[in-house]
Amino acid sequence: MAKGVKPRVRVPKKAAAGEIITIKTLISHTMESGQRKDADGNIIPRSIINRFTCDFNGQNVIDVTIEPAVSTNPFFEFEAKVPESGEFKFTWYDDDGSVYETSKPITVG
Amino acid sequence: MRVSIAILAMALGATGAYSGEDASLTLEDGQSLTIRTDAPPHTENLSEITSGWVYRSDETQALQLDDFDNPAFVFVDQGIDLYAAVDGSEGKACASCHENVEDFAGLRASMPKVVDGELVTMENLVNNCRTERMGAEPWKWSGGQMTAMTALIGLQSRGMPVNVAIDGDAAPFWEAGKELYYTRVGQLDMACSNCHEDNYGNMIRADHLSQGQINGFPTYRLKNAKLNSSHGRFKGCMSNIRATPFAEGGDEFKALELYLASRGNGLSVETPSVRN
Repeated sequence: MAKGVKPRVRVPKKAAAGEIITIKTLISHTMESGQRKDADGNIIPRSIINRFTCDFNGQNVIDVTIEPAVSTNPFFEFEAKVPESGEFKFTWYDDDGSVYETSKPITVG
Repeated sequence: MRVSIAILAMALGATGAYSGEDASLTLEDGQSLTIRTDAPPHTENLSEITSGWVYRSDETQALQLDDFDNPAFVFVDQGIDLYAAVDGSEGKACASCHENVEDFAGLRASMPKVVDGELVTMENLVNNCRTERMGAEPWKWSGGQMTAMTALIGLQSRGMPVNVAIDGDAAPFWEAGKELYYTRVGQLDMACSNCHEDNYGNMIRADHLSQGQINGFPTYRLKNAKLNSSHGRFKGCMSNIRATPFAEGGDEFKALELYLASRGNGLSVETPSVRN
């Protein structure tokens, strides 16, 4: 597992029904591209987050494929329409098979 | 001549480097920071002191307004982990003695200061605790662990006015710092004052010169995507004028840090700020 990985997200606590809210997510990750070499000239193996998803009450909001050109500590900001109270679930998939998850509740009304 | 000045003013305005004449900025959580105020009396050649935030582009300024957007907070979080991490032969963490990091509120605003005849900076305090009380190895002055810790401790004082003492025991160190500030060095034969006092607001290559205030250090720089110590920044400036930099943590830079901090007396602590 990559070191120092820490997901963080910001979701408003409350929203009106059908309101479009802004969600911000950031995960600290080195995002080693696999293109760099160490001091001895050996290639440093690729180690990135390759996929990010957000689901709301089981329904997919966003599903992102991430490539090696994405920089360290990937930050995503996107909007979602909230029809009802529920929970946003965020998932990041690491090259090494690790899955990092976090979730945030939101209350409508 | 008047026409050309007007055009220049418009060109400067168009870059968005000066966001009006507001004396303060407001963070997303409602906290207000002083970015413009009257210069302290010992800063003879300036009438107004301004935070480096003022000279940055709109996008860079916006990054600092929201702690979620501010990339420095990734490192502050690392600092929180380090604060609780046991290290060294005594089996202690920072938190073993200093239970709440919030208790350091106000410390950053008064640093560096003189203790028992010696000028000490935040880095000195941290490393002193590590070697004397924890039995741990000292951290590198501008290393990732040190800047994460000084950012975490500095953050507790955010919003408080910088107020370093320059009289009494501190006077000789302050004088030494002032001497350095106005001494021309390097192949380009420039002093700190030539850029940061005589030409702040003007362009240096593709960028605006600031007053060189250090109220926001350690600061996240977009150019290297990490936290930078003030001494690291001094080194960068000295290299730019083709001078041989003093050592980080040395007497010269500590004196300069005291002098520069005193020039910002009255500005808010902005730690951790976002700059180019």
